[in-house]
Parts: sequence; structure tokens; C-alpha cells
Amino acid sequence: MPKGIAVDKQGRLKERVAMSDTNLLLTITVVVFFILYLYAVFFLQGSFTKPQNFLNILNNNASLIVLSCGMSIVMITGGIDISVGAVTCLVCMTSAVNLERQGGNIFTVILIGLGIGLAFGVVQGFLVAHLGIQPFIISLAGMFFAKGMTTIVSKEPVRVTDEAFLAVKDTRITVPGLGSPNKLGVYIPAYVEVGVVIALLVVVLLFCLLRWTKLGRNFYAVGGNNQSANMLGINVRRTKFLAHVLCSLLAGLGGILYFLHVGSGDVANAAGDEMNAIASSIIGGTLLTGGVGNVVGTFFGVLSLNTIKRIVSSLGFDEAWWSNITVAAMLCLFLVVQSIVLLRKNKK
Amino acid sequence: MTTPVKNPETRVKRPEESLFKRLTRQQLFIPVAALVLLVLFNLVADYKFFAVTITENSLGNTVLSGNIISVLDNASELVILAIGMTLVTASSGGQDISVGATMAIAGSVILRMVCGGQVTADTMQMNLILAVIIGIAVTALFGAFNGTLVAYFNIQPMVATLIMYTAGRSIAAWINNNQLPIINDLAFKYAGTFLPGIPVPTPIFITILVIAVFWLVLKFTNLGLYTQSVGINPNSSRLNGINPQMIKLLTYVILGVCVAVAGFIRVSRSGSINYSRIAENIEMDAILAVALGGNALSGGKFNIYGSILGAYVIQFLTTTLYKYEVPSTALPAYKAVVVILLVVLSAPAVREKLASMKKAPAKTVKEVS
Repeated sequence: MPKGIAVDKQGRLKERVAMSDTNLLLTITVVVFFILYLYAVFFLQGSFTKPQNFLNILNNNASLIVLSCGMSIVMITGGIDISVGAVTCLVCMTSAVNLERQGGNIFTVILIGLGIGLAFGVVQGFLVAHLGIQPFIISLAGMFFAKGMTTIVSKEPVRVTDEAFLAVKDTRITVPGLGSPNKLGVYIPAYVEVGVVIALLVVVLLFCLLRWTKLGRNFYAVGGNNQSANMLGINVRRTKFLAHVLCSLLAGLGGILYFLHVGSGDVANAAGDEMNAIASSIIGGTLLTGGVGNVVGTFFGVLSLNTIKRIVSSLGFDEAWWSNITVAAMLCLFLVVQSIVLLRKNKK
Repeated sequence: MTTPVKNPETRVKRPEESLFKRLTRQQLFIPVAALVLLVLFNLVADYKFFAVTITENSLGNTVLSGNIISVLDNASELVILAIGMTLVTASSGGQDISVGATMAIAGSVILRMVCGGQVTADTMQMNLILAVIIGIAVTALFGAFNGTLVAYFNIQPMVATLIMYTAGRSIAAWINNNQLPIINDLAFKYAGTFLPGIPVPTPIFITILVIAVFWLVLKFTNLGLYTQSVGINPNSSRLNGINPQMIKLLTYVILGVCVAVAGFIRVSRSGSINYSRIAENIEMDAILAVALGGNALSGGKFNIYGSILGAYVIQFLTTTLYKYEVPSTALPAYKAVVVILLVVLSAPAVREKLASMKKAPAKTVKEVS
């Protein structure tokens, strides 16, 4: 019996349509995020009451939002790409070297970022989709390659001093009505960085892509059931290929945003971001088995992940390990809740 | 149990197949070919690579040294992990990416026990065997945690173990209050270096012991059979009276025990620990070893000897690259290229093409027979 059609005791069809898995998991994520944030605002107060605190989460994680959205798309098609963090790092380093030592400008940086992303996407996508190699192994090799290449480009951190670039980096877009007075009573307007605007734009575009375009629906179909998608006439290989290209391209864009935020190339940039991206996607309701997920959920996943990190550190557990342990605990909680919810739903 | 050539049917059906094709169908083809290529490369480039010399180390022991000894020695942790990883892969169709982090936990627990909570200790505060057993118990518990999530909550293995991957190193630091305990007792380092009077590094003996234990277990129990059947089809295994969830959980606990042994070897090499760097990226190498050994990463049939060989190939490659002065930070890039070449060559689509290119009439032979 297809999901979404409920039958009452007499066997008659009910008029009620059950929530799809995607919407159910999305709702859980959004609710959890608001509970977390409201808890922080009412019980911890301090900086949480200021809107800027929330905007800072966005400022610090613009690149992670973009990375996680790409990761969600690959996960929706049933694959995985663990090279995104390393690609981000490689883009940062190459851009920094290009700006500082080769007289590049902001346009060459954009070209480099998207070019590296596209190259990784095409190679990985080809190997995964057309040769049928496990995406985990391929993106693992991609991660190793990107990490190694980063140190070959430069081992030392490269700080950027290019003025045109710094001007873009320091551009602050004020958000009207959300400012607050500081300790001296001077009104400080709330702001977001350029990267946040781009990241939000990406989320909206991807949401539309997944929801209303043929390609977007194909992603879900391929992830949901490979063989049925094939029988429906969907080009499964091409769809998988495009998912990987899109993901790596977004990793390249994420690299540009990360670079725009930190303004330097460093081997340690975006370390562990592939795992943060996977965690955000899962918290946002994307299933690794494919076919279920939503970039809006992923966006809230990133926010929840970073809100809990902030809450933990403001509770006084500011040693670095607490943050990791809470993130893991939260991941565990979400996985178990998802698993129980889906198991019960499928039993009905 | 998984050597196709022993199966008489294959021989009868395709008697006139080319040698090349028969070879490439072997599960161990890829690791053996990679090993042969590496050995040939080193022989041609510099045959002194294989020289084994007898030297005296700083403690006055006469010991064997040389690249081959170093490969066998340094691959120990990887081999032990690869064995456990093969079982986990076979039963659950996924990999445990938390082994590196759990190794840090094992090392941290063992060091805390033998140092008795102090930062530096000159003599062991606790019986070493007891400390190792406690380490094994702790990581087996973490293995059981991973296994429970995978087996009873139906969570994909990579995602379930992502939890411990994220938290493991932090828990390891927490166990020792973020201090870095150092033990200066020579007896503690026996397991990671040399036993007095024996010229061969101890990790090699430990590895042989572990391999022997698994050989016996797989020979005299049904563990291997059950694991394969659960990996191939958990539902039909259930109908045949196997508890698939229990088997999955068991393989994760076994991996946990392997992790503790590997972690013990790693900390006893230096007598200290660095939480964020110990066994970094070893989970990736362990998964690669399983894949190189010709095991399907989607579970089912497995061959632990393939994985063991794969682990040695990876260490051989690493040592070769170090010899040509590839900086350790750039090493991953070279490794990645080799890995991609290997997996592309072993991809079924490419293999078929290669085989048909090598001998065009192979197809007609198949049809005739």
C-alpha cells in the first residue's frame, strides 16, 4: 500500500494524508532548533538575547551552509562525498597564494574556486556514476588528494593583504532594526557578511531546484530506488554524475566563502568540515540511504549544530572536547529519534 | 572459502579461458598485483631497499633493521584493524569510521591505568596485562555502542560510527583531563618496540598471534559463515535460525577488541599519547585495506587474508614513498592517485573491458562452451 493513504478499521480510505518522511523530519529539526534557541534566550540570556549573536552563527558558518547543502544533494541520491572539507581547504590555500604571490584579483579567486570544485566533481562523478565505484572510496581518495595538494601549494599559512579583497571581506551589510546598544550605550547596528547573503541565496536556489525542477525530482527518485528510477526512464548515471558535480561545485563555492570569512590560506582551514556537513545534513533530516531530505532542513541543521556548541560553551564547559562530545551526543539523539520514528511509521 | 578456482564448476564451464582473465577474476588479484608492482619498482629503482641489516639500538639490543622490517612492524596496527573491519564490513555492509578515535580512547585508558593518574610515571602503577584488559573492555563497550546503533536501530554504519568519530578523541582527552601522560618504564615499551634479546620487533609477533587467533576462530566456529550469510541477506539468515542483529553486534564488539590491541601497540611504541594526532586517518587506511583485499564494501562474502595483504600493501606504499623523500604532509596526494588507479582497475566495468581487449575471441569461447 502506498504511503500517505490511511485506512480505518472498516477498510475505508481515510481522507487524511500522512506527512511524507521529508516533511516529518524537517519539522522535527525546525522545532528542535527553536526549542534550543529559545532555551538559550530565556535561561542563559547573556549574549543570546542580542540578535547579533544569531547573525554571528550565520557569519561564521556561511561556507558550512553551502557545503552541507551540497552534501545533502549527494546524500539524497544515495551517495556521499567526504572530500568537501578538503576541497574547501584547497580552494582557500590556492586563492590566498593566487592573491598574494601571483597578483590575482577577486575574479580569479572565484574562477579558481569554481574551477577546482568542478574538476573534483567531474572526476569523482565520472568514477562513481559511470564506473560504479563506491562513492565513499572515491571521495576518500579525493579528500586525500586535496589535503596533499594543499600542502604542496603551500605549507605555511598565507595571509592576504590585497586591499580590494579585504574591502569585500570587511563589507558589512546592516540588518535594520536588529541592532543593540553596547556597554557604553552606543548603538551598534546588526550586520551580516557578504558570504551569508550568497549562502542564503544558494539555499533558496537549491530548494527551488529540488522542489520544482525535473533534475531535482530525479535526485529523489534515484535515491529512493535506483531500479524503479531506471525503469521510469530516468538516466540514473547522469543524475548521479550531476549530483556529484553539483556537490563539489558547492564545495568550491564554500571554499570561496570560507576564504572571504577568514582571509587567509591555512592547512588547518575547514578541518573536519566534511563531518560537520554530514552531521548537519543528518540533523536536518537527510537520510544516508537516499531519497529523503531537504536543504531547508540542512540549513536548520547547521544552525542547531552551532547553537548547541554555543550553549555548551556558555554553560561553562569551554574546553574544546565538550563541544565535540555534545555534537556527538546530539547526532546520536537525532539518529535514534529518526530511526524510531521511521521504524514505527513503516510498521503502520 | 572464497577462492573461486577451487570451485570445480568454474573450471568445467570455462576451460579455454585466457590465463589473464582467470587471474583477474581471483579475489586476491588486485592486492597481489599491487604488491608485485611495488616490489618490482623497488627492485629496479634501488635493490638496496630490501637490505636487512643487524644494528645495535640505543638500549644495546642487537636488532634487525631495514625497510622490510619497518613495513612489517609499522603495518601491525593496520593489519589488526583491517581484520576487524573486514568482519564489520561483511556483516553490516558498512564501515566503522571511528577506529582511529577509539584507538585514542584505548591508548588513553591504558596510559591512565599504568601511570596511576599521574602525568609522568617512571614505573608502572598497575599490572600491564590488567591495564590492557581494561582497555579492551572499554573499547569493546564502545564497539557494542556502535553495534547497537547499527543492529537494533537500523542506522547506516558510517553514520552511526560518525558519532564516535566526532567524540572519540575528545573522550580520550577527557579521560586524562587533557594532560599528556608519559611513562618511562621500559617494560611498557616492550610491546611496541623490542623484547630484550629478540631482534624482531614485538608488534610483528602480536600481529601473527592475532592472525592465528582469527584463523582458528574462522576455521573452528561458524562465525565466518554466519557473518557472510547475514551480510548477504539478513532476512533469509533469520529464517534459517541466525540472529542477524546479534551477529552484527558481535562483529562490532570484535572490532572493538582489535582496536584496543592496535591502540596498545601504538601507545607502547612511544609511551605517550597525542590525542588529536594518534592514529590519524587510520580508519581510512583500514577501509582501503578491506577494499584492496577485494572485499565488497557493500557486505557479504569476505576474505580476511585479502584485507591483511591489502594492509601490508598500503604500508609498503607508504614506506616506499617515504624513502623517496615525499614529505609526510604531501603523502596523501600520492596515496590518493595510487588508490584511484587501483580501484579503477578493479572496477567490474574496466576489468571486463581489459579482459576483452587482451583476448578478443574470449567472448566466442564462452558462447561455445
